[in-house]
Amino acid sequence: MSQASLRIQKISGHEGSVSGAGMARDVEEKHVCKMVDTTTCIGCKACEIACQEWNDLPFASTSFENTHQTMANTDWNFWNLIRFNEHTNEDGKLMWLMRKDQCMHCAEPGCLEACPADGAIVQYSNGIVDFQSENCIGCGYCISGCPFNIPKFHPATHKVHKCTLCSDRVAQNLEPACIKACPTGCLHFGTKDDMLFQANQRAKQLRDDYAESKGLYGFAKAGVYDPPGVGGTSVIYVLHDATNPELYGGLPKDPHIPWTVKLWKHPLKWVGNVAIVGGLVGIFVHYLRYGPKPEPKEEPKGGH
Amino acid sequence: MLRYNFSERVMHCFAAFSYIYCLLTGLAFWSPSLFWIAVLLGGGSTSRMLHPWVGLVYAASVIYMLSIWKKDMLITDLDRRWTKFIGAYVRNEEEEALPEHAVRSFQQFAPVDRFNLGQKYLFWLLFWGGIVLLLTGIVLWFSEYIPWSLRFLRLASVILHPIAFLITLGGFIIHVYMGTAVERGSFNSVIHGYVSETWARHYHRLWVDRIIGNANSKK
Repeated sequence: MSQASLRIQKISGHEGSVSGAGMARDVEEKHVCKMVDTTTCIGCKACEIACQEWNDLPFASTSFENTHQTMANTDWNFWNLIRFNEHTNEDGKLMWLMRKDQCMHCAEPGCLEACPADGAIVQYSNGIVDFQSENCIGCGYCISGCPFNIPKFHPATHKVHKCTLCSDRVAQNLEPACIKACPTGCLHFGTKDDMLFQANQRAKQLRDDYAESKGLYGFAKAGVYDPPGVGGTSVIYVLHDATNPELYGGLPKDPHIPWTVKLWKHPLKWVGNVAIVGGLVGIFVHYLRYGPKPEPKEEPKGGH
Repeated sequence: MLRYNFSERVMHCFAAFSYIYCLLTGLAFWSPSLFWIAVLLGGGSTSRMLHPWVGLVYAASVIYMLSIWKKDMLITDLDRRWTKFIGAYVRNEEEEALPEHAVRSFQQFAPVDRFNLGQKYLFWLLFWGGIVLLLTGIVLWFSEYIPWSLRFLRLASVILHPIAFLITLGGFIIHVYMGTAVERGSFNSVIHGYVSETWARHYHRLWVDRIIGNANSKK
């Protein structure tokens, strides 16, 4: 599987070094990246189907909410969802905002940070964050660690699942299934550097169009979504309005690993370990210094 | 004389074993260096599956404990008097700490009922710690059912659960140490239920007076 051909750089719940890290040549592997240009997405959902087909996922039942959206959320067996929002501009124009929602493959993954199980979540040196089900213990901490609401629990197997960025395909130099299926070319795949370059160019084009056409077309606030709070992501968006990502089905404006997760995994763990060891040492020292209490003596009768 | 009746001893055992199981599996989830404990106890998935159920046993036992000991655990004015001697008590110097002329024994100056202040503090710490562990534990048990809009519940539980764990662990370590190594006779009392009258008079004078008084009045 994927582990055989991709190098691992981060492991969840893992003490010590990452085996094999620094061993191979050209470890400076290029990060891969998906670029999603929301301005050219037509909401055809070919990427949804391609994802289901490639990953052999059993079909999830869809729901009809009088919108274009297939279901309310991604699920353990539905990793790629087109989010649909009707939005009215300030000038009264109606817009359909489509966003391909899936795991963002953060450079600093909150799921991996929160996970207590050794090797249940790994990050490959190309940036893909992948769940290893055989090591997953089903605790659900990744659900709390993720700022994007991505990991989904399988109620029968008690394992958590999400988009793999087709790590199996990428390992064989293939593009992810969703990218391959996209008919409009709104999905691109390549190195992070290339995708960022392309995304920024596209955003600039939209802004320039707006300026040149005096607002007839193009988008004044077009920009690229690559949130720095999680170290950047391996899925980046070109948005019509980069100042308001929340419009696109709740894309967080400034996502971070939740501070309670950070507090728990770093300062609290150290304070706790020192306190536990200190407490144990303390009682031993107490025993050596003061020892047990003397046997209670029989009191002389007659009281006070 | 009988210090803990049968149901109290059974309840104490339930609380003890369930706490220790949750402590061991919890330590495995607490730190990667201790994950091997989960492996020893049947693997990570098994530990994750049983930890909350055993936690419910612990919660049930401390709630039962509250129901039978509530009266004995209320903190009284005499306890406040006892706090003056906590330092001496810790150093096993109860006798020396007293002004010579005042009283002959520590127990006469600040007599203790069924439980001393330390035991009362421990009880309330383990009780309220248990309640926090229960509530946050239920949230973490069912993380996947907490809607995104209520995610603060999960995020609060993620930090409150280990904090409550650390605080109860502090109490637990002291409790086990005191009960087994420091106060000879107390470990026996939670297993067999009986203590000597001398022991009881030394540590829990008021309680003895109450029990024997009751027994006398019944006669």
